[in-house]
Amino acid sequence: MSEQQHIVSYGKLTAIWLGLLALTALTVWVARHNVGIGHVWGSLAIAVVKGGLVIAFFMHMKYEGRLLRWLLFFALSVLAIFIGFTFFDVLYR
Amino acid sequence: MSGPLHKDYAGAKLGMWLFLFTELLLFGGLFLLYAAYLARYPREFGTAGGQMHLGFGTLNTVILITSSLLVAMAVTAIQRNARRMVLWLLGGTVLCAAVFLFNKYLEWSDEIGKGIYPNSPKLVAAPPGESVFFSLYYLTVGLHGLHVLIGGTLLTLVAVRVQRGTIHAGDYVLLENGALYWHLVDLVWIFIFPLYYLIL
Amino acid sequence: MIPVENVPPAGDGGFWNDTGKTGITAWIFSTDHKRIGLLYFYSVLTFFLIAVVLGVLLRIELMAPGRTIMGPQTYNAVFTVHGVVMVFLFIIPGFQGSFGNLVMPIQIGARDVAFPRLNLFSWWLYIAGAAVIITSLFTGGGPPDTGWTFYVPFSERTGTNVSLAVFGVFIVGFSSIVTGLNFVTTIHRLRAEGMTWGRLPLFVWSLYATAWVQILATPILGITLALIIAERFLGTGLFDPARGGDPLMYQHLFWIYSHPAVYIMILPGMGVISEIIPAFARKPIFGYKMIAFSSLAIAAAGSLVWGHHMFTSGMSDTAILVFSFLTFVVAIPSAIKVFNWVSTLYRGSISLEAPMLFALAFILLFSIGGLTGLILGAAATDIHVHDTQFVVGHFHYVIFGGAVFAFFGAMHYWLPKFYGRRYAEKPAVVAWVLMFVGFNITYFTMMVLGMKGMPRRYYDYLPEFAPLNLVSTIGSWILVSGLILMLVNLFRGLFKGEPIDRNPWGAATLEWTIPTPPPTENFEEEPVVTHGPYDFKGAGIP
Repeated sequence: MSEQQHIVSYGKLTAIWLGLLALTALTVWVARHNVGIGHVWGSLAIAVVKGGLVIAFFMHMKYEGRLLRWLLFFALSVLAIFIGFTFFDVLYR
Repeated sequence: MSGPLHKDYAGAKLGMWLFLFTELLLFGGLFLLYAAYLARYPREFGTAGGQMHLGFGTLNTVILITSSLLVAMAVTAIQRNARRMVLWLLGGTVLCAAVFLFNKYLEWSDEIGKGIYPNSPKLVAAPPGESVFFSLYYLTVGLHGLHVLIGGTLLTLVAVRVQRGTIHAGDYVLLENGALYWHLVDLVWIFIFPLYYLIL
Repeated sequence: MIPVENVPPAGDGGFWNDTGKTGITAWIFSTDHKRIGLLYFYSVLTFFLIAVVLGVLLRIELMAPGRTIMGPQTYNAVFTVHGVVMVFLFIIPGFQGSFGNLVMPIQIGARDVAFPRLNLFSWWLYIAGAAVIITSLFTGGGPPDTGWTFYVPFSERTGTNVSLAVFGVFIVGFSSIVTGLNFVTTIHRLRAEGMTWGRLPLFVWSLYATAWVQILATPILGITLALIIAERFLGTGLFDPARGGDPLMYQHLFWIYSHPAVYIMILPGMGVISEIIPAFARKPIFGYKMIAFSSLAIAAAGSLVWGHHMFTSGMSDTAILVFSFLTFVVAIPSAIKVFNWVSTLYRGSISLEAPMLFALAFILLFSIGGLTGLILGAAATDIHVHDTQFVVGHFHYVIFGGAVFAFFGAMHYWLPKFYGRRYAEKPAVVAWVLMFVGFNITYFTMMVLGMKGMPRRYYDYLPEFAPLNLVSTIGSWILVSGLILMLVNLFRGLFKGEPIDRNPWGAATLEWTIPTPPPTENFEEEPVVTHGPYDFKGAGIP
């Protein structure tokens, strides 16, 4: 095991946790106060930020090499394409 | 038989991430259906979503995020060679998993009691989109619950190996991969929560 | 080079003598990639032969209008099982499992794959899935009769044992995922010193692209199949229009996997051809980078075209337009490969031995299959030939004429390396001629029948189609006689044939630099690669 190990401190992890809790509170608040149809995208945007925090810090992606980051981006793009292309049918039928 | 000559840490982690991709795509199929049916039945999805228990959903979100924190701290702890700490943290994670599943049990019992379950007479009679919403809800959350169960078991096994000392500060890739799996479970829930409990 | 007389007898020497366990346990619990490769090889070959028998029975049934040898329900079951076994138990796991395992680690200069135990686990999953599928044939409501596509709503309502068959396919899919992630990790992490991405043999490139398709597309199949089971047992109604479901969503999910799956089948085959052609033309491959790139491009573009299976299903016109256009895009990287192979042959010192003959047949048959694919990919013409025998002819040209002929080529090219003995050349050529002729008679006729309007999967047909159906059936007999001759000659050769030295073909990739049969550890010392995979001069091959 020659690779550099990055140790994420308890403090930093706890800070991320607090951030996640705050975002959860925010997303519940947004949902309770009807902001119209835009709230679908708003809630998803908050979920994306939360997911990003989990991936970057809890899952150490911020400290991984470029390869893993690109592969993750690639995999998520493929999923987005699968869903997106289906909408060529769903939206225009 | 003959294992690899040297432990390839980065390789093991790459393999784990590739596996996580397959999990993402597995849930992705259900999210695809959700998106397509939401586009078709926005109103029915709204009515159906209004019947969900926001309290259970929020509580379980907090529990999963916390468990994710605990297992991330366990990785930090093993890197710092604090074995007792690792065991406590893993114990906490598994406890969270159990509480999560218990909540799920309460929530589902209540919903099933109200006649909301796939193919229930109530849903068959309901407007078309509502039945689709609840079927997707049960399937997605059920599949996620299965992953919670698997993840909890996995982390228990990891904890046993930490206890035995086969996972230690010099070789902890199993713990790290177990933690990655657990974070994925959390990650999927982060999207399930708004889609099923909030936006409708 | 070792003198020929020093080569140990077949089933002896190298990894064959790797003791420790004896009998069958030395195989089914071995983590050696070569043993797992052979396990996979014999497993998929067995299922291939079973499905061939079913295919011949189908042809006999269609020989004349009306009942010939089986009733309609049996016919439905036979074409379903033929498809399921061929697709899920033979050709999808086939290349990666057998030749991928046998050759890939050696070609990149590794002593095994990244996760040897996971590799064995993958074979066990495959066998478990296969056992479940076979069980489904004899239990419950009998063998599934839905076609290999398991389309809803029929697959939800038929009384046959769809649930168990689908569960078996699910397990096999998991096995495929495990192999895929193992191979990607192996190719990233275990390349020998000097084995840069630009020196990777093209077979490895094709396996790499394939493995990505396995990783990213197979989970979608998994969830789709799980949904069929949920529909059948829980009545979730997700695809039931009466409850707001949409059967077309099933087709989307199914083809999101199953179209890329076609590339899981054909890409490794293209990789094999890219190995055989330079070796037998004794010339560096033309356009190495373009062939490597086109493997990735085919995998990527091939994942975006699933909708072309649904032109007549009631999909939106916009979607038809988009998917039709994208289908034509896939033709570009495929054509790049074909042009590069042909350019490699140009002014090469070509020796027409059995592997080369299979490779040449591949180029022709795959081209026919690919070009007829465009007829199906263009929405206007597809409406005429959709769900006719034309489609059956087309995909047999791609999958049988393409992938399976490449598989046969690989058998002749690589198996001698692992047995230390080779087949007789003349019968191999005769077998090749028989198969090539029989193949074209069988499937070209089907395409003509389709053009004339004969639907696929129908038990009976109008009298006007009778003569051509008879021709097609006779063609299938020629094809099978060639197949039998090939297998007999090949296996007799492997066990009793002439011994070979380490590089019988004079190829320049790494697997030919090690002893025949390869030792357990593959390389005595870790190899350092100093030249490209088709650099014959660099490898010191005249």
